[in-house]
Amino acid sequence: MDARLKNTLLFAVVAALIIYTGYAQSANAALQIVNMGLISAIMAIGVNMQWGFAGLFNVGVMGFVALGGLGAVLIAMPPVTDAWTAGGRGVLLALLLGAATVAGAVMAATRLPKGRMRTLMVLAILVGGFFIYRAVFDPAVEAVEKVNPALEGYLGGLGLPVLVAWPVGGLLAAGAAWLIGKTALGLRSDYLAIATLGIAEIIIAVLKNEDWLSRGVKNVVGIPRPLPYEIDLQNDPTFVERWGAWGLDPVLASTLYVKIGYMILFAVILIILMWMVEKSLKSPWGRMMRAIRDNEDAAEAMGKDVTRRHLQVFVLGSAICGLAGAMMTTLDGQLTPGTYQPLRFTFLIWVMVVVGGSGNNFGAVLGAFLIWFLWVQVEPMGLWFMSTITSWMPEGSPVAAHLLDSAAQMRLLTMGVVLILVLRFSPRGLIPER
Amino acid sequence: MDFLNAFIALSNFVLIPAISYGSQLALGALGVTLIYGILRFSNFAHGDTMAFGAMSTILFTWLFQSWGISFGVLPTALLALPFGIACTIGLLLATDRVVYRFYRAQKVKPVILVIVAMGIMFIYNGLVRFIVGPGDQRFFDGARFIIKARDFKAATGLSEGLSFKTTQGITIVTAIIVVAALFWFLNRTRTGKSMRAYSDNEDLALLSGINPERVVLYTWMIVAGLATIAGVLYGLDKGFKPFTYFQLLLPIFASAIVGGLGNPLGAIAGGFVIAFSEVGITYAWKKVATYVLPESMAPDSLLQLLSTDYKFAVSFVILLIVLLFRPTGIFQGKAV
Repeated sequence: MDARLKNTLLFAVVAALIIYTGYAQSANAALQIVNMGLISAIMAIGVNMQWGFAGLFNVGVMGFVALGGLGAVLIAMPPVTDAWTAGGRGVLLALLLGAATVAGAVMAATRLPKGRMRTLMVLAILVGGFFIYRAVFDPAVEAVEKVNPALEGYLGGLGLPVLVAWPVGGLLAAGAAWLIGKTALGLRSDYLAIATLGIAEIIIAVLKNEDWLSRGVKNVVGIPRPLPYEIDLQNDPTFVERWGAWGLDPVLASTLYVKIGYMILFAVILIILMWMVEKSLKSPWGRMMRAIRDNEDAAEAMGKDVTRRHLQVFVLGSAICGLAGAMMTTLDGQLTPGTYQPLRFTFLIWVMVVVGGSGNNFGAVLGAFLIWFLWVQVEPMGLWFMSTITSWMPEGSPVAAHLLDSAAQMRLLTMGVVLILVLRFSPRGLIPER
Repeated sequence: MDFLNAFIALSNFVLIPAISYGSQLALGALGVTLIYGILRFSNFAHGDTMAFGAMSTILFTWLFQSWGISFGVLPTALLALPFGIACTIGLLLATDRVVYRFYRAQKVKPVILVIVAMGIMFIYNGLVRFIVGPGDQRFFDGARFIIKARDFKAATGLSEGLSFKTTQGITIVTAIIVVAALFWFLNRTRTGKSMRAYSDNEDLALLSGINPERVVLYTWMIVAGLATIAGVLYGLDKGFKPFTYFQLLLPIFASAIVGGLGNPLGAIAGGFVIAFSEVGITYAWKKVATYVLPESMAPDSLLQLLSTDYKFAVSFVILLIVLLFRPTGIFQGKAV
C-alpha cells in the first residue's frame, strides 16, 4: 500500500472514531475532543520540532504550556487598578532589582579577573541583592494581595483582546526556554531531561504560590473570550430565530456555535503552523537540523554551530507549546495552576509524538488526535469493561466495587501499554519520518 | 544555655528531618545510579517503582494487621517489608523480561530506553492507582515517638523540646544497615565485583566471562530492594500517596546527578546535599537566631529564605550549579 493512501486511511479512521463519538454520545462531546485534539496537536508539533527534528529531550512541556496560560491572564484580564496603586510599583521595582542583581552577578563573574576576589564579589552581590529584593518585594506583594482577596488580590492583566495573548504566551515560553536552554543545552541529553523536568515544576510552583501574579490556587476565572458567550446568544432573538428555522434548540445551537467557532480558530492556527514547520523541515535549515540530530560530530565538523542551532530549535518548539497553552487557557476560560500535572501535560504529549511518529509533523498531529481520543474515551470504556466482567459477581461484592471504582485509573495504564506496544512493534510510529 | 537551646532547636527542625529525608533520597538515588551504571539509562520509572514497593508493603501490612500480628513498638510495615520487596522484584524482573531485554539485545541508544522507561512509568503509576487508588493511605502503627518534646524538656530543663519520631529513627538505622550491606556486596562478593566491572567497562567485563544477563538480574533485584525500602521509609515518615512518589523523581535524580551518576558513594552524598539544602533554605531561622544573637539584634522577620512550596526549586538550583561548574558531579560520575 502506498504511504499516502495509508496515511489518509489512518486520518480517516481517527476522524471516524470522533464522528462516531458525536453520533453515540453527543455532538458537543465530539467537538470537545476535536478542540482539545487541535490544541494537543499544536503541542505535539512543538515537541516534535525539539525531539523529531533535533533530538532534544524536553520533558518540561507542562511548564511552557502553563506559561502560555499565564500569558493569556496577563494580556486579557482587566487590570486591577486598586492593586496597582497599592503595590504595583513596588512589585515592578522589586522585579527590576532582582533582574539587576542577577545581571550584576553575571557581569562581575565575566568581567572581574579570576580569583577569590571574584567569587566573593559575586556572592556579595547575590546575597545583598536578594535581601534588598525581599525588602521591597514582600510589603508590595502583601499590599497587592490585600486588595479584595476574594475576587482579585492580584495585579490583573492589560485588558487587551485575548487573541493578542496567544503569541504573547508563546513569547513568554520562548523567554523561559532561552534561559533554560542557555544553561542546560550544552549538557548531556539526560541532564537536559532532568533540567526541563525541574523547570516545569518550578514554573508551576511559581504560578501556584505567587498570588499577586496569577492568584495562585485561587485560580483566575472569567478570562475574556474571542467568541460570544452562550447565554448572550440564547438571549439574542435573531440568533434564536435563525437556528430555530433549522429546528435546533437555542441552548444546543449556542453551545455548538461557540465550539465550532473555536474549532475554526484553532484549525486555522494549526494549518498555518503546519505549513510553516513543513516548509522549515524541507528547507536547508530542516536538513541541517536532521543532520545535527543524526550525527552531531559530523555536523560540527562541517562547520555547523550545534549548540546555537539546538538553542534555536529548543526556543521555537517551546514557543509553540506556549502558544498552545495560551489557547487552552482561553478555551477553558480560566487559569487553574493546581490542575497542571506532568503526566497529563508533558508525558502524554510525548506519547502522542512517539505513537504518531517522531520526526513527522503529520504523525504528531495524528498521534495527538488519536491519543487524546483514547485519553477521553478510555474511562467510559474501562467502566463498561469492568461492569461486564463484574456482572457475574454477587451483588455488593467488594471485589466488584473495587474494580468499578478503579476503572477511572485505567487511563494511565492504557497510555503506558500503547506507548510500549508502539515502541516495540512500530518504533518509528504510525506515520514514519520520510 | 542559649546556645544549647539553639542547638536543640536546630536539631529538632533541621538536622533530624534533613538526615532522615536525606537517607530516603540517598536510598532512592542509589537505585537510579545503579541502573544508570549498569543498564546505562535514566530510569524515569524509579519514583513509581518506589510507589509500587511501598504499596505492596502496605497491602501486606494490612493483611498482618488483620491477622493481629504486630511488631511491638515498631511499625508492622517492617515485618511486611521482605514480602513487599519480593513483589517488587517480581514486577521488575517481569518488566525486564517482557520489555527491556528486547532493547538490550538491539543495543538501542540510551535515550530510547528513557522513552521506554516513560511508558513503564505510566504503567506502574496506573497499576498503583488501580490497586490502591490515588488517595492517601495510612499504614503506620507502633509507638510514634522515641523522644517526646515534653519529656525532653522535663528531663533536661531546657526551654526547647527535642522530638525524635520513631519513623525518623527507623529511617536512619535502616539506611545505615542497607548502605553498609550494599557496599559490602559490591566490594566483597564475586557478583558485586562483576557488577562493578560491568559498569566500568562492558567489553572488558564480557571478555573476562562475566554473564551480562546475570549482572542485569542482580541489578534489578537490588534496585527493587532499594526502591521498596526507600518507598516504605518515605511513606512511613510522610504518608503514602502515589502522586508524591512521582514528584520525588526530581530530588532523587538531582541527588544522583549532583553526586555523579553511576557512582554509589556520590548518590549518598548527593542525597544529603539536596536534603540539607532543601530543609535549610525553606526553614524559618528566626527561632535559632533569637537564641544565638544578642537581644538587640533579634530578627523581626521569619528569616525564611524561600517558602516551603519552592523546595523543588532548591534541588533544581543546586543541580544546575553543580552541572555548570562540575558537569560529572561532586564525585566523578560516568558519561554514557
